[in-house]
Amino acid sequence: MNTGKNIKTLIVNKPLKLDCGKTIKDFPIAYETYGSLNSKKDNAILVFHALTGDQFVTGINPITNKEGWWSYAVGPDKAIDTNKYFVICSNVIGGCMGSYGPSHKDSDEKIFGTNFPVITINDMVNAQYSLLDHFGINKLFSITGGSMGGMQVLQFISNFPDKSKTVIPIATTSSHSAQNIAFNELGRQAITADSNWKDGNYTSNETNPGKGLAVARMAAHITYLSKKGLQEKFGRKLQEREDLKFGFDADFQIESYLRYQGSVFVDRFDANSYLYITRAMDYFDLAKQFNGNLSEAFKNTNAKFFIISFTSDWLYPTQENKDIVIALNSIGADVGFVEIESDKGHDSFLLDVPDFLSALKNFLDKSYEEN
Amino acid sequence: MKNEFQVIADLIEKDKKVLDVGCADGTLMRFLKDNKNINIRGLEISKEKVQECIAKGLTVIEGNAEKDLKQFPDKSFDYVVLSQTLQAFLNPELVLDELLRVGKKAIVTIPNFGYWKVRFHLLLKGTMPITKTLPDEWYNTPNLHMCTIKDFFHFVKSKDIKIFKSLALNNLNSSIINEHNLGVKNLFADLGIFLIEK
Repeated sequence: MNTGKNIKTLIVNKPLKLDCGKTIKDFPIAYETYGSLNSKKDNAILVFHALTGDQFVTGINPITNKEGWWSYAVGPDKAIDTNKYFVICSNVIGGCMGSYGPSHKDSDEKIFGTNFPVITINDMVNAQYSLLDHFGINKLFSITGGSMGGMQVLQFISNFPDKSKTVIPIATTSSHSAQNIAFNELGRQAITADSNWKDGNYTSNETNPGKGLAVARMAAHITYLSKKGLQEKFGRKLQEREDLKFGFDADFQIESYLRYQGSVFVDRFDANSYLYITRAMDYFDLAKQFNGNLSEAFKNTNAKFFIISFTSDWLYPTQENKDIVIALNSIGADVGFVEIESDKGHDSFLLDVPDFLSALKNFLDKSYEEN
Repeated sequence: MKNEFQVIADLIEKDKKVLDVGCADGTLMRFLKDNKNINIRGLEISKEKVQECIAKGLTVIEGNAEKDLKQFPDKSFDYVVLSQTLQAFLNPELVLDELLRVGKKAIVTIPNFGYWKVRFHLLLKGTMPITKTLPDEWYNTPNLHMCTIKDFFHFVKSKDIKIFKSLALNNLNSSIINEHNLGVKNLFADLGIFLIEK
């Protein structure tokens, strides 16, 4: 969807066998970096983005001209201090910010659409592993990410147990729950019900399933917030009107807010990518990969784990994060855990939540000192 | 660092793996890590204290000992430390069993309700005792199951728990407790420190 001169791209030549059975090669991974890699190459942090994120972690995103998605956490003197660390983030495959995805063209110059192979979290991290070779990094200092980014963190350290010193999964899960799948299915149904979707072939006639994608975003956005947070911010406040209008226009501020969130999203995101990435999340079940024993996923790593959840996150609740802690403790792994008090819901990890940011900073900086 | 922690640290050999249950701000953990090369983990219920531990570079898990000890495998630590907290649990017996399951050995310290100042306070003033180790009022104390050194001594014996060492602490002085001096130590120590195993 978005390609251009502002996007750095690595072409991965090595064939990658996907979980669906297909093999891809010579495919692009779009990435961005912040800070600089030191001479020992021991200060690199690989950040994994969530469902609708991209490689533009912080500063102004050159494509959207908005702040990067993790601007509160990443930057000079911030929790992930780019004066100290070299931060790498890449767009997941299946995405729409330059990495190989459904808006790319196949060998016959035809846009893939839903002919793009189904991608998994495992495929995403295997593709991103190429970045380590590209930068000549033998071992990362840390890997981190929230939500789907956290799933990639867990999968990455399971696949490459000696490739990161520290591991920070945030507001995530080791296995997508029925409720998670249900919300994703709602979003997918909204997209595919849009007559402009045309079985995924909309890209050929430039009419996008924007309405469906906007509804998907609106529904998902509600799951990222907490009831208390919504009530405090919007309550029953009316949108630029004195009284109810007895119609179906956006009477309430919350309606107007959601409509706005939906409309800005369709300008930057590809509907087919939304289908592919939500599918990858739904397929994620790390324990299943190890015959139901999550601990087995981590048994070969000596990495130091730090797991963070948020009190008001009902999408990836504390208990699901604690399940990862329990799996790690049962094999004697080095694992710390904190649940941060916040009424900002699942989105807390993206926002200015001082207790979260200071915990993240302290963990990273103290661990780096011990290096 | 308080004298109690120095006594606890002296009971632990170098290079061991230790779990500090109710590790608070991590003072003992930091000391053990720095001075005895201990592979140390903490479990702490207070979010603020957990943050303080993280700021000290310590591995700590936010959690409740009554629920969260069960995730640790049997004998997965050389020592499990519980400092002045046993009396605050709803079910101290269950917690003690868990400590001894998770740790090859456990170090448990208890504020002594048999201490003479405590006894005198109740006897002379007729109000609930407040001392250095028992600073709270009856209505806001976290302590649910106060006991004396003698109570604890008899309790562990009755459970066939082996006592390796029991120490009475009074300000800066620590001394050995045994069956013969139990009555005296129970009167003159404000803290009991027990190294136990099951």
